[in-house]
Amino acid sequence: MAISKEQVSHVANLARLSFNDEELSQFTDQMSKITNMFNQLQEVDTTDVEPMTHVVDLVNVVRDDVPAPAAPEERTALLDNAPDTEDGYIKVPAIFNNGEDSAE
Amino acid sequence: MNFETTIGLEVHVELKTKSKMFSPSANEFGDTPNMNTNVIDWGYPGVLPSVNKGALEYGMRAALALNATIAKENHFDRKNYFYPDNPKAYQITQFEQPIGHDGWVEVELADGKTKKIGIEELHLEEDAGKNTHRGQSSYVDLNRQGTPLIEIVSKPDMTTPEEAYKYLETLRQVIQFSGVSDVKMEEGSLRVDANISIRPVGQTEYGTKTELKNINSFNYLRKGLEYEEKRQAQILLSGGTIRQETRGYNENTGETVLQRVKEGSDDYRYFPEPDIPPIRISDDWIETVRQSIPEMPAARRQRYISDMGLSTADATVLTQSLEMADFFEATVAADADAKLAANWLQGEVSAYLNSEKLDLADTKLTPANLATMIKLITDGTISSKIAKKVFKEIITNGTEPKQWVEAKGLVQLSDPAKLLPIITEILDNNQQSIDDFKNGKDRAIGFLVGQIMKQTRGQANPKVVNQLLIQELKQR
Repeated sequence: MAISKEQVSHVANLARLSFNDEELSQFTDQMSKITNMFNQLQEVDTTDVEPMTHVVDLVNVVRDDVPAPAAPEERTALLDNAPDTEDGYIKVPAIFNNGEDSAE
Repeated sequence: MNFETTIGLEVHVELKTKSKMFSPSANEFGDTPNMNTNVIDWGYPGVLPSVNKGALEYGMRAALALNATIAKENHFDRKNYFYPDNPKAYQITQFEQPIGHDGWVEVELADGKTKKIGIEELHLEEDAGKNTHRGQSSYVDLNRQGTPLIEIVSKPDMTTPEEAYKYLETLRQVIQFSGVSDVKMEEGSLRVDANISIRPVGQTEYGTKTELKNINSFNYLRKGLEYEEKRQAQILLSGGTIRQETRGYNENTGETVLQRVKEGSDDYRYFPEPDIPPIRISDDWIETVRQSIPEMPAARRQRYISDMGLSTADATVLTQSLEMADFFEATVAADADAKLAANWLQGEVSAYLNSEKLDLADTKLTPANLATMIKLITDGTISSKIAKKVFKEIITNGTEPKQWVEAKGLVQLSDPAKLLPIITEILDNNQQSIDDFKNGKDRAIGFLVGQIMKQTRGQANPKVVNQLLIQELKQR
C-alpha cells in the first residue's frame, strides 16, 4: 500500500510540522516503505493467536499512592528549561481555546 | 413530523488520590503554578511512567458502584495530539479495553417511575494541564497534568434532557458516596459532554449527533440539550442535514454555538502504551475493592427509614450529599433524636448554608454540638425558641452549647418550686383575670401566661407554666 503525499501532509499538520516539497517526497517514499514492511507482516497467519500488547513478560507493575512532593529546585530547573516562562507559568504563543484544554 | 431524541453522556471524574496517575507528584491544584510536577509530567525523554495502584482501585471501585463488570486484562493506550497543556504530545488512556463495562444506574423520574440507564464503559486516563489565555500569549500550568480521571460513557439510553439531568445527578451521587471523587462541577472535578441526536419516530437508525461541550452546570446541561433538540428539529423540518460537530453552550443567550467540526478518531492514532505492562485484575483483588466500597445512598435511605423511623422524604433529602448524610449519622451517633436531627439539618442548617452560600464543612458546626443542643431541647433545658439563638451561636462560633446556655442564663425555668412563687404573685395582682377565668373566659389564661413569660424574660417552660397556672386558678 502506497502512502500519499496528502496523508503525510495531514499527519505532519497534526504534529504541527511543516515540510517543503522535497522533504514531503522523501518522507512519503520512506513511509511507503515502512508500511510495505507491515504488509509483509500481515501475511503471517495469526488465527488462534492471542492478541498481545507487550513483548516483556511483566504484569501489574504498580506503585502505592504515596505522593513525592517536588523540590523547589526541580521546579526551577524545569521552568528554566522551558523556552519561555512568566510568573511560574510556561508561556506559549496564544492558542485558540477550542475546548481541548482538558482531557477528552 | 414527530421526532424522538437520543442522548448519551460522557462524564469525566477526577479521582482524589494523593498522587498522580502515572507519576508520584502530588495530586493537588490551586498550588503555586507548576509546583506539583516532575520530569514525568513534563514529558521528558527517557522517563518511565508508573501506574498508581490507588487510582486503579478507585477506578475499580467506581465501576463496581455503577454495577459494571471489571475487565480482567487491562492495558493502556496512547492517544496522540499536540497541544501546549499536553507536554508528552499524547495522553495515556484506555482505548481498547476499558477497566469497566456494562454498568447501570437507576434514576427516579418526575412521575415517580424509575428507569435504568446503561453505562457502556468506564476507562482510566490522565488529565491535561491548564491553559489560561491572556493577550498574545497562553500560560500553561501543569499541576493538573496527570491527575487520574475516569471517563464514564453512558449508553444512548436517555430520551429527554430531563432524563439526562437526572442521570447526571444520580451518577454524581453514587460517585460521591463511593468516596473516589469530590465531583464538584464548579471546581472541575466533574465535567460533562453530551451527545444528542434526533430521528423521526419509527426510524431505527440514529440521526447524526452533535456533541455539547464546556457545560458549567447541571442546569445548563438541561437547557443546552433542550435548545439542541429544537435546533436539530428545525434543520430537519426545513430539509437540511445535521452536521457532526462540537457545540458549546452560551449561558447568556441560552443558545448552543458551533465550536469545531469533529475530527475523526483516526487522527488520534491510538496504539498500546509500551511503557506500561498490562494490568491483570484477579477475582480476589476485585473482592477486596468491593469490600472497601462505602454504603451507597439507596442503602442509607433504607436504613434511615427502617432503623431510625424517618420518612422517605427526609431520607431522600439527607442522602443528597455524602457530607450531609455523614453529618446526620454522626449527630445521631452522638445520641441526638434522629427525627429532630433530620429536622434541624433540613431546616435551620440548610437555610443557613443557603443564605451564607457555604458548605457544611465551611461552618463551625460539629455533629457533637448539634447533638448536645438537640438533647437540651428534648430534656426540656431550653425551649425551641431559645434553641434558635443557641444554633446561631454554635454554627457561627463553634461554641459548646451546654456551657453557653448556662453562662448566658438561657436555661428554661421548669422547676415548679421556682415558678410557683412567680405565678402566685402574678395571680395576686390580677384579680380581674381570675374572675374572667371563673366566668369561662379562657382568654384570661393567655394573658396570665404572657405576664409570667415577661416576668421570667421568656425562660419559663410554657408547658409547666400552663399546668401550674390552671392548677392554681382552680384553687382560687
